[in-house]
Amino acid sequence: MDKVIIAENLSLAYSNNETIINKANFSIDSGDFVFITGASGSGKSTLLKSLYGALKPIEGSLVVGGVELREVSNSKLNFLRKHLGIVFQDYKLVKEWTIEKNIMLPLIINGYERTVMQNQTDSLLKHVKLRHQAGKYPLELSGGEQQRVAMARALAHNPILILADEPTGNLDDYSSQLIWNLLEGANEQLKATIIVVTHHIPETMKVSYKHYHIEFGDIREVI
Amino acid sequence: MKSFKNHFSLVIALVSILFSLQIFTIVERAIDAYRENLAKNYALVVVAQKRVDTDKLLNSSELIASINDISPDSVIAKLNSGISKQNIALLKATLLKFYKVKLNYYPSPNELEKLTELLLHSQSIKRVEAFSKTYNTTYRLLLLFKTVISVFAFTVIIVTILLIFKELRIWQFKHNERMSIMGLFGAPAWLRSAVLFRLAIVDAIIASIFSFVIFFYLTSLSWIEEQFSSIGISIVLFDKIYDFLIMLGVSIAVSMLLATFIVLGHKEEV
Ligand SMILES: Nc1ncnc2c1ncn2[C@@H]1O[C@H](COP(=O)(O)OP(=O)(O)OP(=O)(O)O)[C@@H](O)[C@H]1O
Ligand SMILES: [Mg+2]
Repeated sequence: MDKVIIAENLSLAYSNNETIINKANFSIDSGDFVFITGASGSGKSTLLKSLYGALKPIEGSLVVGGVELREVSNSKLNFLRKHLGIVFQDYKLVKEWTIEKNIMLPLIINGYERTVMQNQTDSLLKHVKLRHQAGKYPLELSGGEQQRVAMARALAHNPILILADEPTGNLDDYSSQLIWNLLEGANEQLKATIIVVTHHIPETMKVSYKHYHIEFGDIREVI
Repeated sequence: MKSFKNHFSLVIALVSILFSLQIFTIVERAIDAYRENLAKNYALVVVAQKRVDTDKLLNSSELIASINDISPDSVIAKLNSGISKQNIALLKATLLKFYKVKLNYYPSPNELEKLTELLLHSQSIKRVEAFSKTYNTTYRLLLLFKTVISVFAFTVIIVTILLIFKELRIWQFKHNERMSIMGLFGAPAWLRSAVLFRLAIVDAIIASIFSFVIFFYLTSLSWIEEQFSSIGISIVLFDKIYDFLIMLGVSIAVSMLLATFIVLGHKEEV
């Protein structure tokens, strides 16, 4: 099977500080559903940052979707990011845009047609139960609602790889289940590869998944 | 409401710049018109021993608009009685010649002094009366007025620019965030800044239209026109096409400059 992510001797650190991921080796197949767990501060978000090219490896190699991220040009990085769907731990919604426009962002960047954008956005708003809030601004929503907007935005352009950082961290059981269903749907129907950072792996998972754990700077599969 | 707040600060700043510029333009126009007026009513008197070649004199300085002799006939007419025609002719020939020299525009004191010098060294000219005392007072008043207005307009522009730079940090912060987020979803640099440049152009257009409405209203007030006609000048206070285009140009240039600052100051955060 195709490898979406290949990490060899991957080391990550913020400028001149201690290494957070130390010489890790792992690979993720196309179509996998992967959970990443680890203690707070262990480097889960840091790993995701490296996967979308916001943090360059200080050592080793990291290839995502065929793009080597250690030495990558801006245009190549933009090309890769257009095919990623990211849910950030701090959501990163554009405050001066409405919910609707926030969800449209990846569609705008990918140059979708107006009507396609509108239909896709409407359908996603319905799925995350935020249809009645479409015209509101992020700061007018609760934390959990903002998180659902971030999820909808990550799915908007049918990305081939979804990176979600604690996408249910702020949600009750009912809303969490909404999110899991969406991710499972993207994985099953759209064959998207999914990497989710979480503290609790849901018990209701219908698709098969892999589980990686980060500890002491290493990333290991839990079998 | 939200989008109104987004536009408000830059629009107000731009309007105050446009306002100062237009006031400055109006004063410039008024002073030019006034100077023209003064030049129309102003003349030097030249006294010569013999008849002078007026064409030659006319060509000797750019400043001179016309030279006319002041006819002594009316004076002579008073003496007419009891003097023979022969004697009158003799008197006419020996009498000093007076000329009135009109100028193209109202000269600066320096130009006037030079002209006086030039005239005194031409042909048989003996005396030049420039009425410099009254002349100087008016000219100084004009200059003072212009200086006061320029300082005023300049101060407003400087204060506005300082305010803009203070606001710039807030804008930079706000736009930085959006540009970073767009970048994380793979937006190329031009698309990331397109939003900002579009906002800048929209703000510039709003500011220009706003200023247009203000000046259109102000200059249509009859008392303002009366003020100007009371000092004997009629000028175009606000040219609806030319001045508007200038306003539009200035505000687009200023806001584009600001947008460029913001884009250049953009930093990718980790
Ligand atoms: N921007 C940054 N600059 C410097 N150090 C950072 C930065 N972000 C995170 N760190 C450090 O890197 C380490 C790992 O952080 P990270 O955010 O990856 O943890 P995490 O596993 O996602 O934790 P959590 O479960 O709390 O989200 C932490 O010790 C943190 O202090
Ligand atoms: Mg984290």
